[in-house]
Parts: sequence; C-alpha cells; structure tokens
Amino acid sequence: MTPNDWLQLALYLALLLALVKPLGAWMALAFAEQPNALTRLGGPLERALYRLGGVRADEEMDWRRYAVALLAFNLAGLVLLYLLQRVQGFLPLNPAHLPGVGAATAFDTAVSFATNTNWQSYAGETTMSYLTDLLGLTVQNFLSAATGIAVLLAVIRGFRRRSAATLGNVWVDLTRATLYVLLPLSLLLALVLTSQGVIQNLHANLHVPLLQAPVATSAPATQVLPMGPVASQEAIKQLGTNGGGFFNANSAHPFENPTPLSNFLEMLAILLIPAALCWTFGEMVGDRRQGWALLAAMLVIFVPLAAGCIAAEQAGNPALHGLGVDQQASALQAGGNMEGKETRFGIANSALWATATTAASNGSVNAMHDSFTPLGGLVPLVLMQLGEVIFGGVGSGLYGMLAFAVVAVFIAGLMVGRTPEYLGKKIEAYEMKMASLVVLIPCALIVVGTAVAVLLPAGRAGLGNPGAHGFSEILYAFSSTGNNNGSAFAGLSVNTPFYNFTLGVVMYLARYLLIVGMLAIAGALAAKKHVPESAGTLPTHTPLFVVLLVSTVLVVGALTFLPALALGPIAEFLSSVAH
Amino acid sequence: MATLFRQSIAMLVLLTALTGILYPLTVTGLAQVLFPRQANGSLIVHDGKVLGSRLIGQPFRDPRYFWSRPSATAGGAYNGLASGGSNLGPTNPALRADVARRVAALRAADPGNTAPVPVDLVTASASGLDPDISPAAAAYQAARVAHARGLPSARVQALIDASTRGRQLGALGEPRVNVLELNLRLDGRWLPSH
Repeated sequence: MTPNDWLQLALYLALLLALVKPLGAWMALAFAEQPNALTRLGGPLERALYRLGGVRADEEMDWRRYAVALLAFNLAGLVLLYLLQRVQGFLPLNPAHLPGVGAATAFDTAVSFATNTNWQSYAGETTMSYLTDLLGLTVQNFLSAATGIAVLLAVIRGFRRRSAATLGNVWVDLTRATLYVLLPLSLLLALVLTSQGVIQNLHANLHVPLLQAPVATSAPATQVLPMGPVASQEAIKQLGTNGGGFFNANSAHPFENPTPLSNFLEMLAILLIPAALCWTFGEMVGDRRQGWALLAAMLVIFVPLAAGCIAAEQAGNPALHGLGVDQQASALQAGGNMEGKETRFGIANSALWATATTAASNGSVNAMHDSFTPLGGLVPLVLMQLGEVIFGGVGSGLYGMLAFAVVAVFIAGLMVGRTPEYLGKKIEAYEMKMASLVVLIPCALIVVGTAVAVLLPAGRAGLGNPGAHGFSEILYAFSSTGNNNGSAFAGLSVNTPFYNFTLGVVMYLARYLLIVGMLAIAGALAAKKHVPESAGTLPTHTPLFVVLLVSTVLVVGALTFLPALALGPIAEFLSSVAH
Repeated sequence: MATLFRQSIAMLVLLTALTGILYPLTVTGLAQVLFPRQANGSLIVHDGKVLGSRLIGQPFRDPRYFWSRPSATAGGAYNGLASGGSNLGPTNPALRADVARRVAALRAADPGNTAPVPVDLVTASASGLDPDISPAAAAYQAARVAHARGLPSARVQALIDASTRGRQLGALGEPRVNVLELNLRLDGRWLPSH
C-alpha cells in the first residue's frame, strides 16, 4: 500500500466515525416515542399521510400483525414494480422507446429491488424507461431501506418493552424512516452529486460525432450519450444500501460517479446509516455503550479486510509479467491491477469501495470485482458470506448482528453454565432457535444454490471465465443474492430464465424469512420481564464481548464457506502463484 | 387482514408520490437551476455544436492523438449505451493475450519507444467510458504525438499539463489527464469556457 492509499482509508474512516453520533442522535429523535422538535415539525405532513392512507398512528401491533403488514406492503411494491416494467412501452417518459421488460427479467428485478438486494441481470441504459426508474426503482430504493429500519425498530422495542404484547406501528415506522431520514439525506446528497457532474434530467439520449472518425467504416461515427434522472436515484441507491445502478457499469460510470469527491461521498453514504444506527440503537436501549460495542465489532473485521483488499490490488497482476507493462505505483500513476478500474479512482478507492459495498449490503460497484486479483476478490466474497452484518444493510445489518449477539451470549452462557441474558432479557430456547435460523438460512441458500447451479448445464452455461474463477462467479452470485447484497462477478451471464428465477427465489427467501424470524424474536423478547443485572450477568459492552461477537461471526462464516472458498479464489490464488 | 392489504396499497401510493414523483422532480428542478451544465452531461460545445462530454471518453487510434484506455463495451469501444468492463478474471489467458496485443499496437505506432507501458493504457476500464488516462500514460505517448504533429515536445507537455487534474482537495482519487480535452487542445478546438 502507498502512503496515499493509507491516507484515503484514514480519511474515510475518520469522517464516517465523526458522523456516527450526529446522525445517530438525529435518528433517535426521528424514531422517539415521545414527541420532540423534529416530529412536531413533520407532524402535519405525517398526520396527512396517515389520514389519506386510512391508518391509525396509535394502533399498536403484535409481532404477527407487524410482520403481515410489512410483507403485504413489500408485496404490493413488488407487484407494482413488476407491472410497471412490463407495460413501460405504453407509458410516458420513455424517450428511447424501450419496450416492456420480459417476464423473467421483470420478476428478478422486482424481487431484487423490493428486497433491498438490487441484483441486476439487465443493463440499465437499454432496459428501463425513465418512468420505471422514477416510479419503480427509486421508490423501492426508499421503501426497502425503510423496511429494514422498521424491522430494526421493532427489534429494539422488543428489548425496551417489558411484559408487552406489541412492537409499535409499522406504518409510522415506515413513514418516519422515509420522511425524516432517507428523504432529507438523499435530497442533500443528490444535489452535491449533481454539482460534481452526475446528470439529472429527463432529456432523450444525445448523439454526438466522434472527434476521430473510426478507421473501420463499419464502426459508428457517432457516440450516444445516455441521459436521465440519475442523481436522484444515485443518492438513495447509496444511502439506502441498495446498489442498483442507473447504468450497467453502476458507479464506475462517469455520469453516476464523475469525480474523486463524488466517489468519496457515495462511498461514505454506503456505510453512513448502518454505522449511525448503532448509535441510535444504544440510545434507544438506554445504554450507548451497547451501540459502540457493536460498531467496534464491525470495525474490527472491516478495517483489516479493507487494507488487505487494497494491498492485494495494489500488488498488481502477476499474469502480466514479461509483457513490458509497468504496474508499479508512482507519482504519475496508481499502478496495480487496473483491469476493470477507473483512472480517477485508482486502486485505493476501488478496493475500499469493494470492501464497503459488500460489508454493507449495498452491492454497487465502482470497479469490476470479476477482474480483481484472487485475494482482492476474496474480500468482497467473504464479507457477504459473513451474513451482511459488518455494517450490513440499512436496518438489516444491525438486526442481523443482534441475532449473532444472541448466539454469542448463548455460547458464553453455555461456557459458564448460566442462563444467558442480553440487554436485560433472558435468552431462552425459542429466541435461540429463531436466532440460529436467522444466522443459518442465508448460509443454506448460498451453499445449496451454488451446488445446484454447478450441477446443472443451465447454471454452467453463462460462465465468463474458465477454471476456478468460473466457480467463484457462481459462488459469488449466490453469496450476493443469499445475503441481499446485489454486487456481482459480472462475467457470469445471469439474464437467463434459470438465473432470473433461482436468484429471484433466493433473494425473496433470504429477505423475508429473516424478517419474520427477527420479528418473532422481538415479539418473544417484548413479552418477557426485565432481568436486573447481577454478578452473573455477562456485560455486553466490553472488549471481551466484542471479541466473543467477532469470533462468533467469523466461526460461523468459516465453518460454512471455507470448503467452497478453497475451490474458488484460494485455488485460483495458489495456481497464479505457482506459475 | 383485508384492512392491512388496503392500508398497504394506500401507503404505497402515498409514499410513491413522495419518493417517486415529488423527490426526483425537486432534485431535477434544483439541479437544472443550480448546476445546469453538470446536470445535462458536462457537454463540450463549440460553435453551437456538441463535441462530446467532458466525462465520457472517446476512442482514438490515430498516432496524432493521445489514445484513451482500452474499452470493453459491447458493439465497439466507447459505446455510450453499453457501459461495462471486460470482466476477465486475472488468470484468464484471454486477459494476458489482450494486454499483449495492446502493447504491440502501441509499440507499432511508436517504434522507437522501448519504455514499459503504464498499466492503465493496456487494461480495459470498469465503465468502458473512462475519460482519463494517468499522467504516466500521457507521458508515454507525448513523444509520438509531438513527432506526428511536428510540434515541439515542450508545447505538447504544456497541453498535457493544462489537461491534468491533481488529487481532488489534495488527497482524494488519483491524478489524471482528460483525453478528449487534451486532443481538442491539440486541434485548437478547446475554449477556456469549457
């Protein structure tokens, strides 16, 4: 790593951590049960929405009702997005006259955006009309993130409430997350991004002549510049840990991410809300140290992996030795493995983005992960396989981490022979079973899905690279969808009926089985009495607990995925060293 | 149950109006007022004609021009409707073959130059539309362009320097040279207002 690589990593972490408390406190106000300045300011708009929507803000819901309402709301959004894609050819705001999207692709995309995965089997610039972008994709970017926050709020109330039957009101949670957090942050970020050159218009694509006419007469002499409402979608795509690009190249596209500053802010936006929610969590459960402990556990895993990824990419590609290529970093070039990377981002920003986007379940890319070195590409793969709890998705990362925390206190309880407790609630068989399911369901979806795809000709048909790397492409696809991340080793051709269907099902199950499991835990916890702290209580804000939590996350991930990783990136690394 | 479904649809419609109509139109309106040039694609306009976008690269193969990075976009290099990278894995033999072919093409256009080729000049970018090359890649090509155009090398170097951006705010990103800007400067078609 070069000194500037370290500097950029340090700046990124410093600004992220500096924003944790202010934004965390803002969100604690937005989600507070007592009225405050913020909720009074938005009160009239909130009440108007509830009145028009026919909902009662003071209606308390038990966990089943909360879950059914959330699933129904998500299903309605999914169906709307599916229909919008199918009939976009007959609708306005379609200057490129794009036809309706095919059934399989539309299904895959609707599930993908509703589940906050934003896996994309299509190329944005030639598939989606502006109307679909606005009314469908942008909306689901907001609502899937709000869904994650709502589930987290219900889980927090499970810990807060004592002998209670209910978890709050889902409509209020969804509305407040959208109104007070996602919308204002997106508006701000979208405008700053536009100032850097991210486009925001409803114009038709522009045809411009090339400066040098092509040598071959068959090649086109003009270039088509794509247009569209990019900045508004880009902002929420990053802030809501969505990740679905307006364009095929995602945040590598200069119209999505034109400058190093836009890149820095977009990268910051990936981890911003998941990191700040740790603070909000601590505040809402009445012990800020609990939030810091969870954030510390995330950082302990994140920082070494980010540094490792940068170092691996900066070392360059040994396969290019002997060709007369200069891969050495200098004052005049970033050097390193530049295949699939942009000049303005170089190595540090490409590798750091890859780490952040897979630590969070964002899945946007500013470099092509498929062309990363074996070890550089291992980092994003592993981060997804750890269950998207190292920051993770907006809301979902933290509730996933809380499931790991439940497992961790249970293991600690077994070791010392006491009934485990977490945040004043006894952890008993029911919670433990549900937490185990939440931890293990994504693992099962990935391992089984990969095995099926590797065995079937339809699964092997789309491989973009030979050998161990091809296996990594399939493993990556299922790791990404099985954890609702959405990034890809994009050499794999996934716009096929087989992949659109299987990956769509995997994304759906991964998202909603976990949500139901977490709400069940929340319901059970809310019903329990508060256990006063005693000499036998394991404190869960200490470095010891952080180590225990990190170990739990790593051990589950390693036990599940080491064999598969050995067949993919590790085998590729060893063979590239051997040559 | 029926109540929940009715509420779901009603709330979806309301939040769609807020996040899918009101929000993007507000951003569009503000962007068009505050940053009209950027919001419409950072276009380079000369004598009323659009020459391209500052942000979207173009392919060059003439020795008189600086060459952009290789582009793996489908349907020809720098296809604005098919952004994307090669997605070739690092150990894929096709990647090594592509790089060797690109090195050979650069050497053929500049036979006297035996310096190692900067890596960004022989590897495909992520977007396939990368507008920039590294300063090293510009320096590698400077003598060829100066020779082909019969320009003193100091003049070419001055144009490179004028088209170079350093790290943003002194720390972010990497130094880079905008290729379309540099080539327009060489042709005398770059205006200070661009």
